[in-house]
Amino acid sequence: MRVPYSWLREYCDPGVEPGKLAERLAMTGTEVERVGAVGPPSAEGFVVGRVLSAEPHPNADRLRVCTVDTGDGERTIVCGAPNVAAGQTVPVALPGATLPGGHKIGRAKLRGVESAGMICAAAELELGESPDGILVLEDDGLVPGTPLAEVLPVGEAVLELEVTPNRVDCFGVYGVAREVHAISAAPLAPEPWADDAPAEGEGEASDYASVTVEVPSLCPRFTARVFTDVTIAPSPAWLQARLAAAGQRSINNVVDVTNYVMLLTAQPLHAFDLDKVPDGALTIRAASAGEKMRTLDDVERTFDAETVLVCDSNGPSGIAGIMGGQRSEVSGDTTRVLLEVANWNGTNILRSSRMLSLRSEASARFEKQLHPELCMRAQRIASRLMVELCGAKLVPGTIDVAAEIPEPRKLTLRGERVEGLLGMAIEQADQVAYLERLGFGVEIAGDDLEVTVPPDRHYDASREVDLIEEVGRVHGLDEHLPSTLPAVAGRVGGLTREQRLRRRAEDTMRDLGFDEVVGWSFTDPGEPTRLRIPADDPRTAGIVLSNPLSEDQSVMRTTLLGSLLDVAQSNLARGADRIAIFESARVYLPPPPTGRNRPNIGRNRPAGALDGDFSGKRAAPVAEPHRIGSIAVGPLAAKSWRGGDEPADFFALKGTLEALAGQLGAELSFEAAEEPFLHPGRAARVSAAGESAGWIGELHPLVGRAWDVEAAVGFEVDLAALVAVSTAGEEAFEDVTSFPAINQDIAVVFPAEIAAEQVRGAVFAGGGELLSGAEVFDLYEGEQVGEGRKSLALRLEFRAPDRTLTDEEVAERRAAIEAELEKIGGTLRG
Amino acid sequence: MLDRIEEIRKEAAAAIEAAPGTAELEELRVRYLGRKAELTTILRGIAELPDQERGRVGSGANQARTQLEELIAARDEALDAGELESRLAGDRIDVTLPGAPARPVGHLHLITRTTRQIEDVMIGLGYRVMEGPEVEHDYYNFTALNHPPGHPARMLQDTFYVQSDPEVLLRTHTSPVQVRGMESQPPPIFMIAPGKVYRRDSDATHSPMFHQVEGLAIGEGITLADLQGTLDEMLRAIFGAGREARMRPHFFPFTEPSVEFDVSCFQCEGTGKLADGERCNLCKGIGWIEVGGAGMVDPNVLGFVEFNGYDPEQVQGFAFGMGVERIAMLRHGVPDLRRFFDNDVRVLEQFH
Repeated sequence: MRVPYSWLREYCDPGVEPGKLAERLAMTGTEVERVGAVGPPSAEGFVVGRVLSAEPHPNADRLRVCTVDTGDGERTIVCGAPNVAAGQTVPVALPGATLPGGHKIGRAKLRGVESAGMICAAAELELGESPDGILVLEDDGLVPGTPLAEVLPVGEAVLELEVTPNRVDCFGVYGVAREVHAISAAPLAPEPWADDAPAEGEGEASDYASVTVEVPSLCPRFTARVFTDVTIAPSPAWLQARLAAAGQRSINNVVDVTNYVMLLTAQPLHAFDLDKVPDGALTIRAASAGEKMRTLDDVERTFDAETVLVCDSNGPSGIAGIMGGQRSEVSGDTTRVLLEVANWNGTNILRSSRMLSLRSEASARFEKQLHPELCMRAQRIASRLMVELCGAKLVPGTIDVAAEIPEPRKLTLRGERVEGLLGMAIEQADQVAYLERLGFGVEIAGDDLEVTVPPDRHYDASREVDLIEEVGRVHGLDEHLPSTLPAVAGRVGGLTREQRLRRRAEDTMRDLGFDEVVGWSFTDPGEPTRLRIPADDPRTAGIVLSNPLSEDQSVMRTTLLGSLLDVAQSNLARGADRIAIFESARVYLPPPPTGRNRPNIGRNRPAGALDGDFSGKRAAPVAEPHRIGSIAVGPLAAKSWRGGDEPADFFALKGTLEALAGQLGAELSFEAAEEPFLHPGRAARVSAAGESAGWIGELHPLVGRAWDVEAAVGFEVDLAALVAVSTAGEEAFEDVTSFPAINQDIAVVFPAEIAAEQVRGAVFAGGGELLSGAEVFDLYEGEQVGEGRKSLALRLEFRAPDRTLTDEEVAERRAAIEAELEKIGGTLRG
Repeated sequence: MLDRIEEIRKEAAAAIEAAPGTAELEELRVRYLGRKAELTTILRGIAELPDQERGRVGSGANQARTQLEELIAARDEALDAGELESRLAGDRIDVTLPGAPARPVGHLHLITRTTRQIEDVMIGLGYRVMEGPEVEHDYYNFTALNHPPGHPARMLQDTFYVQSDPEVLLRTHTSPVQVRGMESQPPPIFMIAPGKVYRRDSDATHSPMFHQVEGLAIGEGITLADLQGTLDEMLRAIFGAGREARMRPHFFPFTEPSVEFDVSCFQCEGTGKLADGERCNLCKGIGWIEVGGAGMVDPNVLGFVEFNGYDPEQVQGFAFGMGVERIAMLRHGVPDLRRFFDNDVRVLEQFH
């Protein structure tokens, strides 16, 4: 909302610089985006002049040499405007004046003739548009030499307000003036709609026009007045200047009056050329689906059945509350005007305006719900201006089709609640003063106040708490509000175990040399294909957005891998020679078909926020498991003169994942498995306590190619699965100090197709309780063990918590291990 | 016999003293104390000596042997130390070569770091951390936060909707977690909710995905002044001692009164001017920097959770919310919101 300062001061002059007022407004709830300026930086050097003569320039066809009386004498000014003529009263910039944009007027020779100043066009002063040339002022006995600023706003400050949607009253200059009055206590001029125009037209409004409202719930009030003898003309300079400063184009006097009154009162109006409305009969009805109309902006619009239209017998002539149509628009030959001032259902206007992607100054106001009472205010001011500026005659009577107008709202403001809510005391007398300045009616009832809400604030101030906000903000939070902390006992802050373990997981990945990235939650629909995920895989069924910003961000990701690869790709393109990154974030999976979506359905572990099971009565609409994903490209450590530049492979990442699990006190198992995006021979399923927790593997070369990433290796695990088996914080003491362990190395030869994990499994099965560890420290394949066989060396640790083991006990276990190994085709060697 | 022992001892002692290296010394040990050495032979033959000689010869030979052993040990130590010195002198390295690179330690993203910092401050003030879904019901994101269907305030935030269900959207703020929190816990409640939020907007100061932290405190007699104090403490912890919060009245549907809050500028100490008199570029000469929105929780919002003990006549309190990226931008001079999602490792590694 652009508020020209001179216009505001006409109703309430706070007596301070616009900048100071802006600060005060900002501190009381009306944000001022900026204090702009329209027109020259200073009014100095701009005066009223009278053109005494305008002769052709001897050396230029298009220039005229004018003699202008500027009060201080006569001067010669060369002017290029086609409309300059002797006898005109005009704005003159004298040498020394500065135009908007900083150009300073000086004496200059134009084609050999010296010019001592400039006759200005409206556009040059930013007072409006100037299609014809220079601005010609109405002669109301203006004396040459009068400072132009006394006639027109030269160098107008404009407050650009960011009005919050609850304060629809501040979408009008008078509403802003009342707000300024409330916060500054400067006097407020009487309401400008107090007086009506004399009704001097023929007959009654109902003789000329009729209005039928078919949808009273969507059109709570429709008023119409009729004007005859209208003369369409440009608006006077002051009106044009005001509209220009407020950011509105001047069209003609009638349209300008409707815009001016809207800017003043917040109530939009619409003028019809009555002669283009057959029989003057208007019907307000809902559109039929698919109905079309061409709006004032020359676009054909198609409606749905919830759009409300203003129609005549030829069909729609305006979209209610949003925009008028071309057919009955006011034009140069209009002589009779039907002036509509209506009230619409804000929710419906908002809906329709969004459906049509069509917003206007009118819809921006209507959608915030205006009060039906405002209609007649606007009719009264507009009628006066129609008579004054358009030579119109107001036909007696107002067509007023009104559903019920709401009763004024009455509220009780309890004295103790003000301090109780704000934590700051405000004297009752101050409360009364603030509310009355804001336009509320107030009666004192002991400690309490009985408050009547004015129509402008009817929908905004509907409860006691709204009044407390009003008195609080006018009183001044910045000056008066104490700084205290809640005096509520017994609260204990902290993280949940899940949250602590998530931090630990992230810290561990960091400590292991990985940089954390934050990828986009959304991706493009083609990502699963690039990841080679087949169409029947649920990971292709991501949540689709109905209104994405772009196709690239139209689907919620079902894996972290895509964004990890995106980040790897962009960093490699920037010249990175190695990548080691991780992300700790959610993926978004469609809900299972089982109705109530608890993502751990069918699982043994208790669900928590990491599983997407959040507090609240309603479960999350989709599954949002929290994952840790990582990829590495190239060596994990930088290359140096000591080597160390082996690219990270499966086992490097497996070691990372095991270290991560180790920090969480979680044990993972790995078994060969395939994922479409992984190397088929170098991929594993990761499990925790028998439940699948994710994948790990080297990237499939075809996937790498899609991202220009070579030889990446990565993993992605559900953090909840790790946390579910985590013993962190719950560990039980184990005595490893009192009695010594016995270590033995063994070498096992076994068929190559047997997995190492199976060998360890057999070793543990044979070792029983006494075997406390079996670490693989060597792997051998070659001649010595024979074709199709492998040798694995393990270091065994035997221990008992309560005694020193004897050699016999260990030998017994060793024999049992040997027996177990034989079951899977393995033998002990040496 | 005793004379011979003394002779051997003297000869051996001199030889030991003169031994040039540990190898020669070992030879001497074998020659004088070995199995075939004369002294050894004498000791071995003691039993055959006459009674009156046996004692004297025995003790003399033993003394000589002990003495020689000590001399050898002493000489060995001396020789050993010398030889180690010269060996170490030959083992020099070039200490100016670069150190072997330690396996690099990674970095947490600045968003995570900033989020944790805010969490930790609020935990210290007695708040718990709660989480909620990012794909959320319209009910929690709007309706239960006093944005009834069709309310213009819904349009303040351009919302992403889910195709399969018009009642499901990407949350536009972390505020839905307030409602989830109150549904699951009766008052008093002191919680914060960090997380990702989404709005349909993209430029230098808007990202379609960004992060917020929400705070909520509801109990008996919690006032707007308590919000002021809480914001003062929080902003001091984030932006440094001496900072203050400033609240400007504003409008949000789910708080009443509503405010926006600023922190006094930490670059110009709130003066709006730098030491050289120039206008402060961080706060644009205002002395205050906008941080977030807050207010007293609207009674209508409490009405939606009244079943769980949130009677607006009995309990009240405040909520606040702020952008994590915005805090990080202010603290670290990041000029463009989009830089957070570039994930340029050269940037990530600037923040430790």
